[in-house]
Amino acid sequence: MSKPTNTPQTLAQKLIAKAAGRSNVAVGEIVNCQVDLAMFHDSSGPRRLKPMLEELGAEIWDKSRVVLVMDHYVPERDDDSRRIVRIAREWALEQKLPHVYDSLGICHVVLPQKGHLKPGMFCVGGDSHSPTGGALGTYMFGVGSTEMLGVVVTGQLWVRVPQTFLMRWNNRLQPGVTAKDMMLHMIGRFGMNGGEYQAIEFCGDAVKALSMQERMTMSNMSAEMGSQVGLIEPDQVTRDWLATTGAKDVLIEGWHTDQGAEAVTHEFDAATLVPQVAAPHSPANTKSVDEFKNTPIQVAYIGACTGAKLEDLRAAAQVLRGQQLPAGVRLMVAPASLQDQAQAESEGVMQTLRLSGAEVLPTSCGACSGYGGSIPDGANVIATTARNFKGRMGSATAQVYLASPYTVAASALRGSISDPREVLA
Amino acid sequence: MSEHHRVWKVGADVDTDQLAPGAYMKLGIHDIAKHCLEGVRPEFAANVKTGDVLAAGPNFGIGSSREQAADALVKLGVKAVVAPSYGGLYFRNAFNLGLLLLTCKDAQALEEGEKISLDLSTWTVVRANGQRLACDPIPDFLVAMVEAGGLLPQLKLRLQQQRAS
Repeated sequence: MSKPTNTPQTLAQKLIAKAAGRSNVAVGEIVNCQVDLAMFHDSSGPRRLKPMLEELGAEIWDKSRVVLVMDHYVPERDDDSRRIVRIAREWALEQKLPHVYDSLGICHVVLPQKGHLKPGMFCVGGDSHSPTGGALGTYMFGVGSTEMLGVVVTGQLWVRVPQTFLMRWNNRLQPGVTAKDMMLHMIGRFGMNGGEYQAIEFCGDAVKALSMQERMTMSNMSAEMGSQVGLIEPDQVTRDWLATTGAKDVLIEGWHTDQGAEAVTHEFDAATLVPQVAAPHSPANTKSVDEFKNTPIQVAYIGACTGAKLEDLRAAAQVLRGQQLPAGVRLMVAPASLQDQAQAESEGVMQTLRLSGAEVLPTSCGACSGYGGSIPDGANVIATTARNFKGRMGSATAQVYLASPYTVAASALRGSISDPREVLA
Repeated sequence: MSEHHRVWKVGADVDTDQLAPGAYMKLGIHDIAKHCLEGVRPEFAANVKTGDVLAAGPNFGIGSSREQAADALVKLGVKAVVAPSYGGLYFRNAFNLGLLLLTCKDAQALEEGEKISLDLSTWTVVRANGQRLACDPIPDFLVAMVEAGGLLPQLKLRLQQQRAS
């Protein structure tokens, strides 16, 4: 069963082996892992975990390893939201949880910004976009509420060692083309269950050249490919970014896929990639932006963990600087975290967006998951979010297109789906 | 295991929205279960009997992490699902909720209404005509989880034993 220690391993295998207390693991093997950190939010966490913990008469295994983020039902808009957020706040006090982030931003952005994730960790989140942590070289994935209960009580979790898909992006992206375009392209090519719960690892020169926030956008949407995790080998970019978060004892050495490790490789050319748009009602419905030219847009949304971080806001401002949105187009901007919003404010990015006519909404999951903002029935919407399933944004008759912040801003500016490179030129 | 199970057939890519439709997610699990598979088999929820089995095509349970998509089948008394492949999150959620998933590349050979038995000692599905279809073995700890009725009852038992000792 166990192989010699010099067996080449993928990054995914190494991360699992560490959590399982082993020197190496084989693809397909099922192992028990120690969880370094468990994250959940107001929707997936306390309202479900509290009654189950009480039924068991059990305690949280290690409160220092638990992070609670209030981001889904804040700001509270109705009685149901108030009840759900109240349960979360009261439980956090009652349990004396040391890491609670209330209304500071979206969990997948707040968690790394607060320094909780580092290369080499094995983490779970009560949300399907938890693979975001893979951008830092953290093995992180989403689990259901019962499974989270198991983690919260035992601190352990089983995992079947997945096969690794290496997505190698050669050369460099053109200006106005982003990590979001890379992801939409891959989801279009491989489909929603294209990962078959594998580990995906993004690599190549184009990935190495991405900033940390762009890397997070990629890892985040690996959920849309049916993969368990979306990893990126940590490097100097990771180290420099983590230094700004206050994360301590960051070690990146060894966290890479060995030469000769068992993996399936797919090659892509970043230099020839053009802006991508996913048509209703699936992120896998992706084509080049010019295929949707002249599709009228009434609502544009720059929001969500995958689409409203500082760099997404900067991209939108670059398109909209000195411009006015046309009548009949509503652009809503919901920054992904207060930290990103404050930085964007200090750089004049928020002012640029406001002057163009954009409305700034509270930082939260908001309209992405149909919890906030208002998407009118029958409207054509273009959004920087991760999913355009029918009805997800709150209206079953809205037609939602997914694209990068550049493309969303350019489409808002022109009132129809547009290639941002024409506006930026 | 010589118990016989009636087969209900569904196609490929049965997603979590078909199993636990979004419009009913605010309701309790027993009410969600009444709408399970209503888009593809409207008669299913009202007529399925305890011990029945679902035979499905590839990618059963793809989509969201909502565990109600597995719990609905449990609450309806479904004994097991037999399919060539499953959504990754669904696979985990199913065992955590006490639902047996058998991975069987020939699942679609099964016929609607046929009576089958499940032989977990050899990991085979035994058809009415005696034909045996091979399934992937399931690790002992997952079988134990299903037998306990899922992770919650299993944890409860384990904690009781710890307290007693």
